Amino acid sequence: MTVDRSPPPAERRRPIQKLDVGVITLVILLFAYVVYRVDYVLVYDWDWEPVLNFIVTTDPETGSWMVNLLVEGLMMTLRLAFWGTIVAAVIGLLMGLCRVSGDLFLRMMSRLYVELIRNTPPLVFIFVFYFFISSQIMPLLGVEEFAREASPTTQKVIGLFFSPIGLFGNFLAGVICLAMFEGAYITEIVRAGIQSIDKGQWEGARAIGLSRFNVMRDVILPQAIRKILPPLAGQFITLVKDSAIVALISVQELTFSGIEVAATTTRVFETWIVVGAMYFVVCYVFAVLFRRWETSMPQDRR
Amino acid sequence: MSESGGDRYMLEMQGVGKWFGNFCALYDIDLQVRSGEKVVVCGPSGSGKSTMIRCVNRLEEHQAGHIFVDGTELTDDTKNIELIRREVGMVFQHFNLFPHLSVRRNLTLGPIRNLNLSKNEADERAMQYLERVRIAEQADKFPSQLSGGQQQRVAIARALCMQPKLMLFDEPTSALDPEMISGVLEVMVELAQDGMTMVCVTHEMGFARQVADRMVFMDSGEIVEVAPPDRFFSDPETERTKLFLSQILSH
Ligand SMILES: Nc1ncnc2c1ncn2[C@@H]1O[C@H](COP(=O)(O)OP(=O)(O)OP(=O)(O)O)[C@@H](O)[C@H]1O
Ligand SMILES: [Mg+2]
Repeated sequence: MTVDRSPPPAERRRPIQKLDVGVITLVILLFAYVVYRVDYVLVYDWDWEPVLNFIVTTDPETGSWMVNLLVEGLMMTLRLAFWGTIVAAVIGLLMGLCRVSGDLFLRMMSRLYVELIRNTPPLVFIFVFYFFISSQIMPLLGVEEFAREASPTTQKVIGLFFSPIGLFGNFLAGVICLAMFEGAYITEIVRAGIQSIDKGQWEGARAIGLSRFNVMRDVILPQAIRKILPPLAGQFITLVKDSAIVALISVQELTFSGIEVAATTTRVFETWIVVGAMYFVVCYVFAVLFRRWETSMPQDRR
Repeated sequence: MSESGGDRYMLEMQGVGKWFGNFCALYDIDLQVRSGEKVVVCGPSGSGKSTMIRCVNRLEEHQAGHIFVDGTELTDDTKNIELIRREVGMVFQHFNLFPHLSVRRNLTLGPIRNLNLSKNEADERAMQYLERVRIAEQADKFPSQLSGGQQQRVAIARALCMQPKLMLFDEPTSALDPEMISGVLEVMVELAQDGMTMVCVTHEMGFARQVADRMVFMDSGEIVEVAPPDRFFSDPETERTKLFLSQILSH
């Protein structure tokens, strides 16, 4: 390795050309026209105040700032996405392993799971599945009772990391629905990750007598997981967006809050523009963070 | 049937056949290798050399005939296959080291998982074999930080850590830069001198002359000629062997 070398010259930026200027001007004009038309045709009286009040507001008693419904909804969305991704990753890992297993039954079962979910509309799946969980699984687990009868500290912890105690069962149903749904996509990510590992790794490991299980655990998975992490992070962002559908089973996340705010304020446009902006900011920030993290990851040691 | 052969040989192949779809990659392979014997296999590309030795540790499954390793027949039973793989070391053309593990961990993985060695015992053994292939000082590096020749020596040490009775080499030097080859061959020669039973697929004819007890020449999935090296090189029996030798010795 040579050490003392001058750094490479800075990359040359492509200068802005006439065509770029033209395109940008066109886009601006188009945008201005749409704004003008909306203003002119709708004769809409924009009023953001009532909606913004649902982000932060002042406490009527103490006069201090406090977060309101939309921020609470956003927090709920993030908690849903966080736990949903974790549960989905577990499902995806297990199902992904089944997808590449030598056992025909396991392969068929995981295949069925993936195909079933990928080929039904998420909405329909959520309705059917929610009915199933809320009527069958939740009572079986006794989750709501557990939450209600838990000690105050436990309740506080649940409130902080999961959801307000009264909504815990509902929250759990939302997480399971989303995780089942997203797990199918992660299954495919895991399968692709495992299959992307060079065949020589299997051969090298089997040649020293490792069992199939050990080859997977010690050689294939550690390498595959490194490849899986970036798309998995991307899937977290997808889940933030997809979590909007559980509003339909009354999980009180951002979209659900949006519906309520729109109804109370009757400012439909403003509400949904604000809600959309909140989704955008969160997703965009995560996307940037993940991209940074990905480029800072050590390159594959090969 | 399983008693019919094997116990006099470290490796015995009887009428082994292997097909890929309709393509016959191995046809009626008979080969016996005694304990301590060194066999060098050569032949044109696609003649089935790799396939033949890969059948010995079941990286490929033979569909006809019988294979015995130290008297035990290779069957479909998973336990049997794993046992035989522990007795048979293999070195690949492309090393197949584990890139996410340090050199030391590459070597200790097999012994810890399969020979029930403690971590310390496995470490000790790993260092012993790394010294033998003369790269003990690289133990804590990762494979990608080593040269091709060093990586291949690590791969040899990894196989030796299982203390196999039989070593298979599949063109261990053909992916290496020329200046890396001699280091690897040196290690292989030493291994041969220590009495290891070896089956090597290689086109390194200098090495073959130096260590081989017998040369095996393959073509189109068949063993065409088996002879001691002096006769093999000076007076090959078949036309196909002559043609092959003239091609590889001309450069
Ligand atoms: N997995 C496979 N599927 C189909 N055909 C295969 C497969 N592996 C090998 N073959 C074919 O079997 C024949 C023998 O291959 P093999 O790799 O054993 O040859 P080889 O003598 O080792 O050649 P080389 O010197 O190029 O390594 C070749 O014609 C090859 O195309
Ligand atoms: Mg080959």
